[in-house]
Amino acid sequence: MNKVLMQGNKIIAEAAIRAGCLFYAGYPITPQNEIPEYMSERLRQVKGGVFVQSESEIAAIHMVIGASAAGARSMTSSSSPGISLKQEGISSLAACELPAVIVNMMRGGPGLGNICPAQGDYFQATRGGGHGDYRVIVLGPDSAQELADLTMDAFELADRYRTPVMILADGMMGQMMEPVVFKKPKPRDYPESFIMKGAGAGKSKIIRGLILDPLEMEEHNWRLHRKYELIAQKETRHELYKADDAEIIIVAYGTGARIAEGAIKRLREAGLRAGLFRPISLWPFPTNELRDLAKKVENFLVFEMSTGQMVEDVRLAIQGRARIGFHGRPGGVVPTPIELANVIGRLYDRKEGIIDRIV
Amino acid sequence: MKKVFGRPQSMKGNIFHYCAGCGHSIAHRLIAEVIDELDIRGITIGVPPAGCAVLAYNYFDIDMIEAQHGRGPATATGIKRALPDRIVFSYQGDGDLAAIGIAESFHAANRGENITVIFMNNAVYGMTGGQMAPTSILGQKTTTSSAGRENVLDGYPIQVSEIFSLLPGTAYIERCTVNSPANILKTKKAIRKSFQYQIDGIGFSLIEILSPCPTNWKMTPIDSCRWIDEVMSKQFPLGVIKDVPAEAAKERKEREPKS
Ligand SMILES: Cc1ncc(C[n+]2csc(CCOP(=O)(O)OP(=O)(O)O)c2C)c(N)n1
Ligand code: SF4
Ligand SMILES: [Mg+2]
Repeated sequence: MNKVLMQGNKIIAEAAIRAGCLFYAGYPITPQNEIPEYMSERLRQVKGGVFVQSESEIAAIHMVIGASAAGARSMTSSSSPGISLKQEGISSLAACELPAVIVNMMRGGPGLGNICPAQGDYFQATRGGGHGDYRVIVLGPDSAQELADLTMDAFELADRYRTPVMILADGMMGQMMEPVVFKKPKPRDYPESFIMKGAGAGKSKIIRGLILDPLEMEEHNWRLHRKYELIAQKETRHELYKADDAEIIIVAYGTGARIAEGAIKRLREAGLRAGLFRPISLWPFPTNELRDLAKKVENFLVFEMSTGQMVEDVRLAIQGRARIGFHGRPGGVVPTPIELANVIGRLYDRKEGIIDRIV
Repeated sequence: MKKVFGRPQSMKGNIFHYCAGCGHSIAHRLIAEVIDELDIRGITIGVPPAGCAVLAYNYFDIDMIEAQHGRGPATATGIKRALPDRIVFSYQGDGDLAAIGIAESFHAANRGENITVIFMNNAVYGMTGGQMAPTSILGQKTTTSSAGRENVLDGYPIQVSEIFSLLPGTAYIERCTVNSPANILKTKKAIRKSFQYQIDGIGFSLIEILSPCPTNWKMTPIDSCRWIDEVMSKQFPLGVIKDVPAEAAKERKEREPKS
């Protein structure tokens, strides 16, 4: 298939269409407006395609619940404040075991914040986000190609585990243009028996999150938990960059990882052996893989466009086996690779400096 | 012997958990009878609310997907748009429709979604213990308006049906009640018409049902029925509020040359 130059938001939308997404509902919010705009055009061209500009993000996610239950591959997208509003519905999707894809093009927060790229929603995304004991599969793309690939994968994962999947990117990913090749999507494999389409002549179906008996509800929680454990075993993804001989590993995802790569190139030119560990699945977090790396690397530096959220998962993974520093730029600031290279250079030259900065 | 009364096919036969004299059980039965009569059990999908009717799926023997509080019309929109040939209804209380879910309800109506909304107005939050609802009457005592609803503090009862009827997206709106056999029959007719309109692709219908809640009104079932006649229906007048197909037919008839 041909390489095309496209903007990140449109790549997600196009990948969704190619993956067979038939239902999209959303409410405008910068920096992701190109997704609903593109979907409104493209879904019109697809047989059975439905686009609804909803009255709110809450309505959008509950429309997605209905469409997903009715058997349509369904998606909604938003940016941080809108994702907060969707949490009620995401919790329901998890409870009712309905597949759906949710895109969060993060912006600076908290509150109304701003419209600049940020990574402050990591906790919200990876800890479930709404009420109750559940997790959402969270994928953090760092390139146009991954925006396409992971969006397609997200639909598949959502179906396979009957659970909501989130694409967690940011305004930078959404706005930038890069070449991309759309892979051929796999045909959908979703059992008819899960779909609510009227009882026909048969037995009627119920989809519900309400389970009043605490013992029954407990079992439902454990059943979900076992599913999440299976996901954690099977669906962890990460990537290494120049990690083989590294004396310091930067841990970063998404836009943060791109900046880190640029920093590592510069550091390597200056003779400093830095490398990158990039989680791609943010939940499940590649805990074991990172822990293994800590057997041979002593110094880690977590870089996030936040005051430090993923760093907690890094600490949980490494469990004191190595030193962990942190550099963060929250609020919509996108630092340059040079800034990050300088931070790392300083730490690397005075290794004890890392100890000073253990957080 | 000829069987003249039985359980509708679209009901499971479980015993209602509703209080004695509650309007929900009557409304459930009427909907089930209509589904049977229109022979649409196999293609109907219901969306029960958070509210006293949250367990509606234990009673209806049709496909049902529970909605979060107030979100029924959004969920119903998703289903109907994905499966346009199915019959979809949401079932909502007054807190559900007129407070937390007013946006979802209003906009589903405004989009003219081809769905039916059954709106159970009992002027209280039944399920959570009788708090003030957006439809509580001025002066009505509830657990959060112990001195009676006061407009300066609490606002006014919302006339959902009248307000929705102003939206060009709505096709049919009628306010009924289930406080007497005659009114129950009228309510059934209205429900039937709303489903028929949906089958015919006519658009959004809302059937408001003034529904007794003896438990939270702190009245006997009989006094509750009386209160609907004497107080509630004064605030919320019964009758057809909007019926686009009927009005159009009437206009056509009037325009016909008289011979
Ligand atoms: C988000 C949310 N807020 C609050 C509740 C609690 N709650 C459940 S039902 C209900 C009110 C129900 O009143 P109404 O819609 O009038 O239905 P009724 O029980 O009177 O039939 C409330 C507040 C909830 N389930 N979800
Ligand atoms: S509390 Fe009121 S609405 Fe709820 S079941 Fe009892 S009578 Fe019906
Ligand atoms: Mg009520």
